[in-house]
Amino acid sequence: METTKDIRAAELGEFMARCRTSPRPESHLIAILHKAQSLYGYLSNAVMDEVSEAMNIPAAHIWGVATFYHYFNLKPKGKHTIAVCLGTACYVKGAEEVLEAIKEELKIGMGETTQDGLFTLQEARCLGACGLAPVVMIDEKIYGGLTPKKAVDILKAYRKQR
Amino acid sequence: MGNMIKIHINGKPYRVEPGQTIMQAADKLGFHIPRLCYHPKLSIEGACRVCIVEVEGMRNYVASCAYPVSDGMKVRTNTKELRQARRDIIELILDNHPLDCHTCDRDSNCELQRLASSMGIKKRHFEGERKQYDMDISSPSVIRDPNKCILCGRCVRICSEVQKVYNLGHAYRGFKTVVMPAYNMPMAESVCTACGQCINVCPTAAFVEKNVTQELFTKLNDPSVIKVAQVAPSVRAAIGEAFGLAPGAALEQEMTAALKRLGFDYVFDTQFSADLTIMEEASEFLERIQGKGRLPMITSCSSAWMKCLEQFYPDLIENVSTCKSPMSMMGAMVKTYFADRIKKDPAKILSVAVMCCTAKKYEAQRPELMVNGMNATDMVVTTREIAWMIKSAGIDLLHIKPERFDEPLGLSSGAGTIFGATGGVMEAAIRTAYELYTGETLLDIEVEDLRGLKGIKEGKVVMDNKEIRVAVAHGLGNACDLLDIVRKDPARYHFIEIMGCPGGCVGGGGQPYAGINSIPLDEDCLKKRAEALYNLDRNKTIRRSHENPDIQRIYKEFLGRPLSATAHKLLHTHYKAKGPRGITPQVAIGMKG
Repeated sequence: METTKDIRAAELGEFMARCRTSPRPESHLIAILHKAQSLYGYLSNAVMDEVSEAMNIPAAHIWGVATFYHYFNLKPKGKHTIAVCLGTACYVKGAEEVLEAIKEELKIGMGETTQDGLFTLQEARCLGACGLAPVVMIDEKIYGGLTPKKAVDILKAYRKQR
Repeated sequence: MGNMIKIHINGKPYRVEPGQTIMQAADKLGFHIPRLCYHPKLSIEGACRVCIVEVEGMRNYVASCAYPVSDGMKVRTNTKELRQARRDIIELILDNHPLDCHTCDRDSNCELQRLASSMGIKKRHFEGERKQYDMDISSPSVIRDPNKCILCGRCVRICSEVQKVYNLGHAYRGFKTVVMPAYNMPMAESVCTACGQCINVCPTAAFVEKNVTQELFTKLNDPSVIKVAQVAPSVRAAIGEAFGLAPGAALEQEMTAALKRLGFDYVFDTQFSADLTIMEEASEFLERIQGKGRLPMITSCSSAWMKCLEQFYPDLIENVSTCKSPMSMMGAMVKTYFADRIKKDPAKILSVAVMCCTAKKYEAQRPELMVNGMNATDMVVTTREIAWMIKSAGIDLLHIKPERFDEPLGLSSGAGTIFGATGGVMEAAIRTAYELYTGETLLDIEVEDLRGLKGIKEGKVVMDNKEIRVAVAHGLGNACDLLDIVRKDPARYHFIEIMGCPGGCVGGGGQPYAGINSIPLDEDCLKKRAEALYNLDRNKTIRRSHENPDIQRIYKEFLGRPLSATAHKLLHTHYKAKGPRGITPQVAIGMKG
């Protein structure tokens, strides 16, 4: 574990070192945060502090940027990310009931992660699979034609895999 | 003046200078366009849209704080439609604002309230979802209440642009935007230096000091304790403003009399302990220039600067004088020397400091400043708090019979008085250091180069053929610029004064709010407060700290000599690097999320 952590920190450090050689280093903040998130899965306060010190950008400013954009996660994500499509087609086909069933089963709300760290629940706006509505995407895999029961069964199957 | 341009305002032609905004041009012509997020000392945010005007040929109204004048421009500032649009903007702000004016700290002193009143808002048209957040009461100095915040961003800008502390930023977005420290840290755990400038510039009560007036009223009614007050120089130079006087009135003896009526048994003068600070600090400086200790020596009176030092400049800790602040020196003397003299148990003494400062509330709680296991300063109230208490107790400050400070800690030299203005500590130290070093009296004691509101001031004194180079910075942003010079060129100066607030203590975070015809931190107001102190100095016969007979007596009877073992134990302290580490960016960074 320690070594992967060191490798990530080194990679982020190298990335920031390159940014520092450019004429306006502070303008690379968003790119640096993307890099940090791709390495760690989310932006921890410790990582933002690291960026703050390395780039000489106040933490309050980094926090402002990180909270402004929905793309940045401020909490660790679960092993699997569930994206429930709430686009128009899925919605009229009962996506909301599916979502409620998932929330109920996992005991979490939108944007949250289960206690066991297995699932993070997110919403999506049209995955381009309207023919299969209502659709849920778990990690990279699409599940279509869902009912609340089918959705719960899929989650149970993921739990068993573990 | 050949390149003046012609603009029309409300149908009349005027010649104005190019390169300024519509608001600036209008101000000079006597048109006051309503405004909220604008402040002349800060960058232009253009966030509130209250200052919109109509410009002929433009599709939409423009924000006059941000839009430049151009030749032939036709501006209207007060049409029926504009008035309605501005009123809608304020009504929408009010819609997301608590309806608790009568119980609010800023009641009758709130810019939002004044704007609403000037726009004739008599009833609320919009009702909608209102934000609900917890108040941050973690800091002993500054309370943050996001519910009162209207997101004008003045606090964010003063914290980053003027103070360069960068503690505050806009986080999240849209309806959920909140001004907060990084990671939503409690203020007490953040890099906040407690300077209180966010309070000074806040148009509402989103930032206020931690108010301890009720607690103090209770303690003033306790017959079992001896109530002792000390008052900072700058309080007397500003308290009149809270009672409707124009800036610049010095109400020294009136204030003393009012404090006695409030129930204080003894009222002492922080200017006395400022004299004591000078004795210690000048002696320490002379030791340092003779090779004992690091140069340049930097002053340590300002509590906001001390917290800034520990977080932002830990490498310079050894440069900072070990002297406690005048407030903490006074507290230490009250709980030792004075308790001995009146033959009372120091644990029975309530030591209260009346300060122009919010950071002093934080300083009073620093454990290393305790004396024999007791707090040197038990409570700190700001100028605003004491002014409210005086009013609340029905004391007529303006017509009261003046009284003098009490002995033995009440007599001060003019050097102690000028501590309140930027450059004052340096000037006071020079008056004494010169004489201690050369054995001769410095005759030309008013050091003009060190006075005034220039960000960084420099001066020279020659003592026995030795040139002493000094520098003065006020406001933590200027301090930051000066310390960057020191880091690069440590031999450039011998002695540096730093004050955390713009203008020095006269511009402290605890001073009265700007009145109806003023703006927060108005330079003219700061100058007048400073001038009030310089006048007090000029009118004194004793103007050098070492000539103060009560200072001579306290050394003779109690402390021995400056830097003695007793002096070291009671009047000196040390500082340590603290987290979170402060970051000062090389280039100004826009703090908008």
